[in-house]
Amino acid sequence: MKRAFKVIIISLLIIATGALTAYYISSHNIAVLEPKGMIGLKERELIITASLLMLIVVIPVLILAIVFGWKYRAGRDAKHTPDWEHNSIAECCWWSVPVVIIIILAVITWKTSHELNPFKPIHNGKKPIEIQAVALNWKWLFIYPEEQIATVNYVRFPEHTPINFEITADAPMNSFWIPQLGGQIYAMPAMRTSLHLIANEVGEFEGRSSNISGKGFAGMIFKAEATSEKDFNEWVTHVKNSGKTLTWDGYRSLVEPSEYNNVEVFGNVSEHLFDQILMQYMPEGK
Amino acid sequence: MSLLGRLGEHAFKHDMIEYGAGLSMVLGGIVVVALLTYYKKWGWLWKEYLTSVDHKKIGIMYIVVSAIMLLKGFIDALMMRAQQAFATGESMGYLGAEHFQQIFTAHGVTMIFFVGMGLVFGVINLVLPLQIGARDVAFPLLNSISFWLFTAGGLYILVSLMIGVFAGTGWTAYPPLAGLKYSPGVGVDYWLWSIQISGVGSLLSGVNFLVTILKMRCPGMTMMRMPVFVWATFAMMILVIFAFPILTGTIGMLSTDRLLDTKIFTADYGGNPMMYINLIWAWGHPEVYILILPAFGIFSEVVPVFSHKKLFGYTSMVWAIAVITFLSFLVWLHHFFTMGAGANVNAFFGIMTMIIAVPTGVKVFNWLFTMYRGKVQFTNSMLWFMGFVFTFVTGGMTGVLMSIPGVDFQVHNSLFLIAHFHSVIIGGVVFGFFAGYSYWFPKYTGFKLDEKLGKYAFWFWFIGFFVAFFPLYLLGFMGATRRMNHYPDGNGWQSLFIVAAIGALLILIGVLFQATQLYKSIKHRKELKDTTGDPWNGRTLEWSTASPPPFYNFAHIPTVHAKDAFWEMKKSKAQVETKEYEDIHMPKNSSVGVSLGIISSILGFALVWHMFWLAAICAVGVLITLIGRLFVKETDYYVKASEVKEIEMRSRSV
Repeated sequence: MKRAFKVIIISLLIIATGALTAYYISSHNIAVLEPKGMIGLKERELIITASLLMLIVVIPVLILAIVFGWKYRAGRDAKHTPDWEHNSIAECCWWSVPVVIIIILAVITWKTSHELNPFKPIHNGKKPIEIQAVALNWKWLFIYPEEQIATVNYVRFPEHTPINFEITADAPMNSFWIPQLGGQIYAMPAMRTSLHLIANEVGEFEGRSSNISGKGFAGMIFKAEATSEKDFNEWVTHVKNSGKTLTWDGYRSLVEPSEYNNVEVFGNVSEHLFDQILMQYMPEGK
Repeated sequence: MSLLGRLGEHAFKHDMIEYGAGLSMVLGGIVVVALLTYYKKWGWLWKEYLTSVDHKKIGIMYIVVSAIMLLKGFIDALMMRAQQAFATGESMGYLGAEHFQQIFTAHGVTMIFFVGMGLVFGVINLVLPLQIGARDVAFPLLNSISFWLFTAGGLYILVSLMIGVFAGTGWTAYPPLAGLKYSPGVGVDYWLWSIQISGVGSLLSGVNFLVTILKMRCPGMTMMRMPVFVWATFAMMILVIFAFPILTGTIGMLSTDRLLDTKIFTADYGGNPMMYINLIWAWGHPEVYILILPAFGIFSEVVPVFSHKKLFGYTSMVWAIAVITFLSFLVWLHHFFTMGAGANVNAFFGIMTMIIAVPTGVKVFNWLFTMYRGKVQFTNSMLWFMGFVFTFVTGGMTGVLMSIPGVDFQVHNSLFLIAHFHSVIIGGVVFGFFAGYSYWFPKYTGFKLDEKLGKYAFWFWFIGFFVAFFPLYLLGFMGATRRMNHYPDGNGWQSLFIVAAIGALLILIGVLFQATQLYKSIKHRKELKDTTGDPWNGRTLEWSTASPPPFYNFAHIPTVHAKDAFWEMKKSKAQVETKEYEDIHMPKNSSVGVSLGIISSILGFALVWHMFWLAAICAVGVLITLIGRLFVKETDYYVKASEVKEIEMRSRSV
């Protein structure tokens, strides 16, 4: 009786936990599992495929653990073979089945590492948009070299258009991540990395730095917005008319550490600012 | 430059929380000193422990120090959980950003270097010489020096609470953040010397135990008759010997960057921070196997004993350890797929990483098939093993997931990663240690631990673990990164952080049960007493001697004829033959270890605060201590056969 009671309570608890988790997941935005960009979608697919493959081994292990623990517990009259310590067939089995799964995973890994390589441009027939992102203490500066505009802690791009992010830092190392669009890449001083993303639909996405970069790290958040081509062009014109210019001197004062910066826009940017930022770290540049 | 270097008044200015922590530490210290004085135990402490070169005493000291550090690291964890449960939207939480960053850095350093390493070296010290039928390790004094360097390193984390600050860079202290430009203060220097000094201790231990295993095995114990715990330790020591010099070199270069401005790892003037990241993980990945392999070894001892059955697939187990050891040096890049090394490089390191899942999986299957057709007794040790299977397998699965670069791009540096490595480190190393703790406790104290309280502790730990870390997997998928002292509201993260904090509290209850268990077991030691020396019907040599073992371990060095040496002896009843007692050759106590510990802790402190005159004096002091030791002629002695006989008779008659 007492045991049955325990079993009921425990099962109820497990069901309740499961239900709560399911409710939570359905009512919240699970960025990585609900991507809005082609790269993010492929990465989700990879997560699911790899997990299913691994469950082929993981589930039997967990079941065996429970079954053996239950069946061969002391005091129960199960078969006992105290000296049985080796069986070639069994051991070959659990060396080889995981090997086969890992071979399949390795092939998938090799292919997807190339396919999802952040440096690989996306081709969909449209002309990509170039955006340069600079991690500063503690904010993100975005430069649009073609449009000659710049923004702080806000980035906008048209949907269905490949985005070529060129990334560096004028600060400690950061990592540039927009979870709903796809994976991240480090932003490092004196280095130029790139990340190619695309938004499949219009929407507002959270972006952040995922690598500790000092005091104001938690505030290194930016909004990334995908809009229609038309809205994007209108926005560019609007920014261009805002009047502010980001010169090298203006940049030097922007570099000064600050936290939780508001969004800023610059209607004009001095040419080659991004390269200039990088060249500060090169001995010839001094 | 002043005598005190850069140590000034400001070093003592802290917020209330830090004052509280510092004050409670000082008070704790005063209480210990007062108790020792009141009970006139200083002489005893000095003779029996501080200057002891007995591997069992050193093992106990390792575990005591690690337990103190575990408490400290756990309080850090609770503080972080409390901060993140509240610091969203308008509320900035009760900790400032810099304080929070110091806490997570200290948490990582404490747990990896001074809890993980300490517990592992502690258990190895206690168990390994007995398991191979030896009377001590190969270099007993070196062992004492290793311990004292380890303790000296750990001290800085505590000292930094009161004098100055600790690093806020994360436990791996990547430059340029950890360089002079962005961290000019003393925090990173505390981190640096703490790890540098204890790292030297670890390397010396590595050499010591490798030689011990190769040269000190008793007659008949061939390599393929060694208990799997010994094999695991053997592999671990190989890793220590190869990996720790990389750490010493890397941190050495970072320290010249900070002291002499050498610009090795700066972003400008031709320095290269990416080189640091490569080097730190070239040590750092083997390091996780350094921690987990001994835990695998412990489970390989515990499962057969409590299943009343031989370990399944001994040869497989040994090969699995060998494969893991080899591969652990080929995977470091998976810690930074996102640095942009290119697709081929990333894919190579990803595949190498997932291959490690194969030997690890084999070990799990072998343990489970050790239970198959056994008589499984669910003692505390066995419960920890079962808990390990569940946490470690889920942690392993998420680990393989992250070894795929395409997946890693989406979860790197997120809380998903945090959940993963806590699954394997808590589920593996910590549960492994707890399994070993209740298994070997009677060997060194002569009485068992209270099983019932242990069972409660287990369930709170186990359930608490899942409640604390499963929300983090989900948070990672929601885009929450590690190390945030504050996050925006309205995205539902807070409720998951609160659940995680509740999980941490459940673990706290588990810890309290463990403390109660220890207290009650000591109180009821008469009822829990074990007079046989073999309370679990053990299989390996440590159970063939008395509990606690005499300081010389074995009156007669055993001779081994098979695996599970003691089990075979019991079966053949061969051990009854009475031999004459002989004189036993033993090393003498030495104060060199404790002196070196004290001098090097002052040395590090002087370097942190730029008191170079003091550092120079300490460096000379280290040399004098070492050279002085060369002139000590009487480093060993013989225990008379009559005395051995007397001790043996006494332990038999009790």
